[in-house]
This record gives sequence, C-alpha cells and structure tokens, in this order.
Amino acid sequence: MEFFERFAVPHPSPMIYASMVAIGLVIIAIIAGLSYFKKWGYLWNEWLTTTDHKRIGIMYIISALLMLFRGGADAVMMRLQTAVPENTFLDAQHYNEVFTTHGVVMIIFMAMAFIIGLMNFVVPLQIGARDVAFPRLNALSFWLYFAGAMLFNISFVIGGSPDAGWTNYYPLASTDFSTSVGVNYYNWALQISGIGTLISGINFIATIMKMRAPGMTLMKMPMFVWSALITNAIIVFAFPVLTIALLMGTFDRQLGTFFFATDNGGMDMMWANLFWIWGHPEVYILILPAFGVYSQIIATFSERNLYGYTSMVASMVVISLLSFLVWVHHFFTMGQDAMTNSIFSITTMAIAVPTGIKIFNWLLTMWKGKIRFTTPMLYSVAFIPLFTIGGVTGVMLAIASADYQYHNTMFLVAHFHNVIIPGVVFAMIAGLIYWWPKMFGFMLNERIGKWAFWFIVVGFCLAFFPMYITGLDGQARRMYTYSEATGFAPLSMLSFIGAALLAVGFAIIVYNIYYSFRNSPRNIGSDPWNARSLEWATHNPVPEYNFAVTPEVVSSEALWDAKKRGHKLFKNKIEKIHMPNNTGWPIIMAGLFFVFGFSFVFFIWSGVIISGLAILGCMAYRSFKQDDGRYIPVEEIKETEDKFGGANE
Amino acid sequence: MKLKWTFLTIIITIATVLTGCEPLLVLDPKGPQAATTANVIWISIITMAIVVVVVLVMLTNMLFKYRASKQPDDYEPPHIEGNKYVEGIIVGIPILIVAFLSVVSIISTYQVEATPEGYEDQEPLVIYASSSNWKWHFSYPEQDIETVNYLFIPTNQAVEFRLYSHGTITSFWIPQLAGQKYAMADMVNTLHLAAEVPGDYMGRNANFNGEGFAENTFNVTAMPQTEFDQWVDDIHATADPLTEETFNELLEPGHLGQMTFTGTHLEFAPAPEGENGGHHHGSPDDSEEETHDHDDEHDSDSEETEHENH
Repeated sequence: MEFFERFAVPHPSPMIYASMVAIGLVIIAIIAGLSYFKKWGYLWNEWLTTTDHKRIGIMYIISALLMLFRGGADAVMMRLQTAVPENTFLDAQHYNEVFTTHGVVMIIFMAMAFIIGLMNFVVPLQIGARDVAFPRLNALSFWLYFAGAMLFNISFVIGGSPDAGWTNYYPLASTDFSTSVGVNYYNWALQISGIGTLISGINFIATIMKMRAPGMTLMKMPMFVWSALITNAIIVFAFPVLTIALLMGTFDRQLGTFFFATDNGGMDMMWANLFWIWGHPEVYILILPAFGVYSQIIATFSERNLYGYTSMVASMVVISLLSFLVWVHHFFTMGQDAMTNSIFSITTMAIAVPTGIKIFNWLLTMWKGKIRFTTPMLYSVAFIPLFTIGGVTGVMLAIASADYQYHNTMFLVAHFHNVIIPGVVFAMIAGLIYWWPKMFGFMLNERIGKWAFWFIVVGFCLAFFPMYITGLDGQARRMYTYSEATGFAPLSMLSFIGAALLAVGFAIIVYNIYYSFRNSPRNIGSDPWNARSLEWATHNPVPEYNFAVTPEVVSSEALWDAKKRGHKLFKNKIEKIHMPNNTGWPIIMAGLFFVFGFSFVFFIWSGVIISGLAILGCMAYRSFKQDDGRYIPVEEIKETEDKFGGANE
Repeated sequence: MKLKWTFLTIIITIATVLTGCEPLLVLDPKGPQAATTANVIWISIITMAIVVVVVLVMLTNMLFKYRASKQPDDYEPPHIEGNKYVEGIIVGIPILIVAFLSVVSIISTYQVEATPEGYEDQEPLVIYASSSNWKWHFSYPEQDIETVNYLFIPTNQAVEFRLYSHGTITSFWIPQLAGQKYAMADMVNTLHLAAEVPGDYMGRNANFNGEGFAENTFNVTAMPQTEFDQWVDDIHATADPLTEETFNELLEPGHLGQMTFTGTHLEFAPAPEGENGGHHHGSPDDSEEETHDHDDEHDSDSEETEHENH
C-alpha cells in the first residue's frame, strides 16, 4: 500500500472525487463504444498511425478544443469563486491549483495546439505540397504534445495539481514551498509537449523553405504561410530555453541541485529570466499565426488583395526580432536600475509600431472593398478594435514607472486576456470556421455561428473590461477571495456573468458542429467562400494527396489569378503520387514518454529506466528502418478526382 | 454592429457609476511617487485613447462605406498595392507616439526610483520591510522597534524601504503611496516614498506566494512627525523585546495579526545586503556571523551571474 500512497490527492474535495468518477466513466464509455461499433481498426489505421498532415492537424484541433473546455471550466470556477466576496466555493489551495492549470492548459495545450493544428492543415495546402517535409516526425510531434497534455491533465486526480502559477516562480515552486508532486507534473508535461513543439518548428521551416509549388517565391507566399514560417523560427530559438529551464527545475526539485535556490549559489531570479526569455517570444508564437489567419480572412471577405504585403511581412520579421528583446518587462519590479528598465520599456513600446502597421493594413484592405459579414469576418472585424484596446493597454504597461502600479494586478490580467482572446482565440475560431469546409466538406451554419459570435464578444467584454478598473483599484491577481470593503464585488460579479456568456458561446459552437454535421449540404464545390489563395483550388474535403497535379503559381493569390486573370494552375498530366506510409512508432514512443514522465514525477526509478531505454530503442530501430513510402497509382487518382466531379483545372 | 456599440456604452456607464463613488486607489495618490505614476497613467490613457478612437473611426467608416450590401452587384474591388506615403504615415505617427511615451517612461522611472522630489535634502527614514509566509515584518533600525503587519510612517518625510524576503518572492505595494517592488531572499531592493496626507492606507503583497496570499496584507498609517515620535516612545515603554527565539516562531507559515516589539531582528538575522548579500558588488570578505547562510563562498561564479543579470 505504501507504494500507492504517493498517488493520493493531497487536498481532496468532493469535486475532485466526482471528476475521478467522471473520467473513469468516460474512459469506459469510449472503450465500450469503440468495441461495440468495431471501430478499433478504423481508429488505429486511419487516425492513430496516420502521417497525413490534414488528419494530424484535425487531431491537434480536436485536442485543442478539449483543452479549451478543460481550461474554460477552470476559468468559470475562478470567476464563480470571486463573483461574491468571501465566497467559499473553492478554498485557497484549490483556487491556486485552478488558476495554475487554467494558465498552463490554455497557453500550452489549447492555444499552441490550435495554432499548430491550423498550420498543419493549412500550410502544405497553401504552398501546394503533398505533406510536410517529415511526416513521421510530424506524427511524433502531435503524439508528444498529446502525451504531455494527458500527463498534465491527470495531475489533479493522481498526486495533485501544480499550484505555483503558470509562471511557476522559484522559490515558491521549490520543494520547500510546493511539497506535492504538482510542479513535477508541470516540469514533465511541458517538457514532453515542448519537445514536440520544437520538432514541429524544425519540420515546418523545412517544409516552407523546400516544398513550395513551382513559381511560389518567398514573397509570393500567402500571408498565413509567412506567419507560420516566422512563428516556427521563433519556436526554434525560444523553446530550447524552456527545455533547459524546465530541466534545471526538475534537477532542483528531484535531484537536489540548487540552480534556482536562494542559497548555495543558486538564484531564484534566473528562473524568472529564463522563463520569460521563452515566455515572451511564446506570446508572439501565438499571435503571429493569428495575424496570418486574419490576413487571409479579411482579404477574402473584402474581396480585395491584402494591402501592403511587403510591410506585413517586414512587420512580422521586426516583431519576431523584438520579441526576444523585451522579456524584462515581465518583472520591471525585480529591482533592476532605472536605466535597465528604461531600455526594456523602449524596446517593448517599439513593438507597437510594427503591430500598428498591421492594424492599419487590415483597415486599408477593407478600403474600397466589398465586405461580406460572414462569421469568420465578424470575428476579424471584432478583433480589430478589441485587439487595439489590448495593444494600447500593453503600451501603458510598457511604461516602467506605471507598471509598478499595474504589475501583478487585475489590470494585467485584463490586458493579456484582451490580446489573447480577441487576438488568438477569435482567430482560431474564425480560422476553424473558414477552413472547416476544407476539412470536412460541409460548412458550419452561419446563423448559429453568428449567435455564438455575439455571446462570445459580449461575454468577453463583460468578463475582462471590469478587471481594468478593479486592477487600478488595487486588486491583486490570483487572490482567491476579497472582503466586501474592497468594493470589488459588483465588477467581479459582472466578470462572472461575462464568463458565463463566453461558456454559452462556446457551447453554441459545439452545437453548431453537431447541427451542421446533420443538416449542412455536402455539394459546396471547392471554393464556397469565393476565396483567393491556393488551398481553395483543391476539393472539399481535401483528398489524401492534396492536389492531383502540382499547381504552378505566379502570385500570393493563386486561385484569384486563376479565376480572374485566366492563369492556368494545373498544367501537367496526372502522374503517380509519392506518399508517406502510416506508422505506429510515433504513438508508441509518445506512450513511452508518458510512462517516463509519469514515473519521473513520482520518483519511480524502475519505470524511468525501462521507459527511457525503450525510447532509445525505438529511436535506434527507426534509424535503421528503411521506409520509402508508397505511390498512389494514376488510375486511383483519376477515380478519386471523378468522384469529386473531375479534376480542378 | 449597432448592438455592440450600445453594449460598450452600457459597460462604460456601469463602470463609471460603480466606481464613481470613490476614486480608484492607484489614481488617488497621497504622496509624490504615487502622484507621478498616476500622472503617467493619465497621460498614457489619453494618448492611447486617441489611437483607439482613430482606429474605431477608420473601422466604422470602412464597414459602413464598403459593405457588400451598399455596392452594386457588379462592383469589382480594385487591386491596390502598398503606397510609400501611406505606409510612411502609418509607421511615422506610431513612432512619434512611442517616442513621446518613451521619454515619459524614462523620466518618470528615474523619478520614482529616486528620493521623492522636494525631499532630496532630508535624511530619509530607513525601514526594513521583510516578508515571510504570509506576513510582513517592519524593522525600524534607528528607532530600534519592529512591527508585524502594520506600518506607521511620519508624513512629509522621505521613507526608504529596504525590501527582502525570508522565503518566497513577494511584492511590496502601497498603491496610494508608490508602485511595487519585489522582496526576495537573496538581495535587498530599495523603494522610496513619502506620504503627504495623514491617513490609513492599504498595503499588501501583490505577488502570488501560496496559500495565504489573499490575506497577505498590512495596514499603513501616515501621521505627523510628532505623533510618530510619540508612538515610538510608547512602544519603548510598553512592548516586549524581540528575541531570536520569538522571531523564529514568527517566521512559521501563518498570518498572526498585528504585533509590536522593541529591538529589531536585523541584529541577529541581518538582511541579505552588504556582506550578507547573495548578489552584491561589494567586497568579497567572508563574514563571521552565524546567520550568514547566503552564499558563504563569494566565488567568482556569483559575481559572473551578477553581471549576466544586468
């Protein structure tokens, strides 16, 4: 029994026990359902072992949506707890666990997965490629992410959640102050999914640099591809810092080193520096693909080319460079001298300039356009003013002296939700709706979609604008409760109502997926939005090989050229197509990584050694295995194309 | 779209009504440092409001003028590449705004990091504020007294806080008197402020430090110098001395409420500054003191880390 005691939850509550039961029931239901409908083979062959970038993208997005609901449940619990003063719905310890997991889940397992999912699905289609450069590695990326996400998500029922905030500052996160295994989970879950992300970064850079369709020079790439390229460059430079920082944290907590200790030559401030040297570029990793999505959507629904293509690219390059030069603004209050703070204050504000260029370019894209208010466009239109408000409050925070008053307050919480929700989350929803017909061959209902939009926009404003005010009124973030006398109560209640509306909005999106799956017409052709870029030149849903014939392009708006200027996209005859084989190694390796991480979290050294050796074994086996892929014969391609009503030409 | 604007108006109205009764703490300064930050915040709010209004006006204009329902069916939007002059404007004006705010930022940051304006000639009152889970210990070395969770300061007197922590990183914050600064276990930070209006002010730790964080607050009372001196004398007449044993008990996690002692813990548990500091530029001589457990060997490693950190 002693062995199992370590898995007990240190701060149990009826809600956690209820969750345990619910998780158990869901797992049983999934296994029973798959067995009853005899879908195990389908699941394994078509999804779990796939190397198809489109399916991997869809799995990323499904996981991201699951995580959105996990993180969203955390968010609603927090707002419910603080809706009235002196509330006892959650105690301090549970509240601390909930906001910690909310932050990690939303940033690492929701937003990251969503952007990588969309990149997976869209980038190869937009550059006219058959897949990514390294399809098996791509599958490994996804499964490592998934293993990390699952490891993180079991923490609250096995051993205890992390509770030191998503920033995980030492010495609070050290074993002196965080005694449960929670922070071990944090270290290993982020480590494993971080490796997956780093691999994705390399994979996408290689894909975009080497696999573009003939004629697509760098300056003729669709804007989303540009945003993906720059994002992945940031990933490759930023994520190794996180890898090392997490490893040092693991060493401190589990192997007795003193990197981030306050004595024995360690330094707690080093964690803050390392964390934010990764953490600030990380927010641009999230926002740049969102900018890419908006660029595509605004151009499509304004029926105009994107204004200022060159300056859009240049501004993203400048943002990516500046993103590495601003990390100190996350701790202006740590005691650096006024000179240091002034320098970082200026670099931070400088980011407003390239971001401003983008805002004005989107506005000028609508100028003289013919604007159609579809659901994706509504999100983009709401994004512009809301993100501007988030951006200007960012400039306010960048003023070091004023930051001494905003730091650690609800004002900051309002600011970053104000950039991340209208910036990233709106973009992901808009992108999902926009590319949904490409993924599944039918469109989501517009009327229900617009209902969801209004709930989400109104909910967002109600939930977060009041926080600017309570922040200026001295409300620190991360407080599980407050007294009546503070006067935070009415605005906090408003925030809770907003959070509830947001939850309803997301529920409507799920309903819309169900409704549209049942009712939407399937004969929508390949270009239901009257779009401009290359991905709309192939069928809906996209066949396995993407394009029957490799397209040739002359501008960033290949399909528009074909529609309006008589450009011929597909010049060659259909030939056999080289495709990667499915493989089970990525999911098996990720499973081993899960066991490795889980064993390490609980100091089960036998598990660590066995799974560690098995991982090395898998890598060795893979290194010597020859797998040259397979060819799809011409007849099969023609058959598929006929089913879609003939090749697009 | 109309719905949205109506809605925004409603929020702003509600917010104004709700908060109209009392001014927000940060914007209701009671001393020169907080006055500086409040002014900077107002300057930035006004500047930024102009940006938001410009974007809103442009957006509304585009949405109303160029919506599909207002265009003839056969209207084909033109192909428009970027324009040097337009892009010059959308780069140039933001650069001017950022340059202006950068100047504001630099001047004000130097201001709040120095002795408050008008108090330069005064000898500041030095108070050591150190945090432990989840309390604040205030040591007055000159007055030779120590309080827990409450702070008395004389008005119209420059006060220099020396901040450090007995554990987790905390952030010392009295919104109406000055902005925050971290208190950490391996170095001492300095925070300058002065109170110009007598009264009670809210002070707290603003940086999350575990279970007792929400209640990690202290009360600040500013009073004229004579009352302050009287208070110090009263303590010397009535309070018990702070022993090392008592102090170690105080450090145990908990909240405690308000307490008063004569003597300070600095005598037997000095702050991590000077030769006791973990990260300082001073002489590397080892101290003999027993409590000196921060970085016993002042080897070159710690010096290097220090330089990287700046």
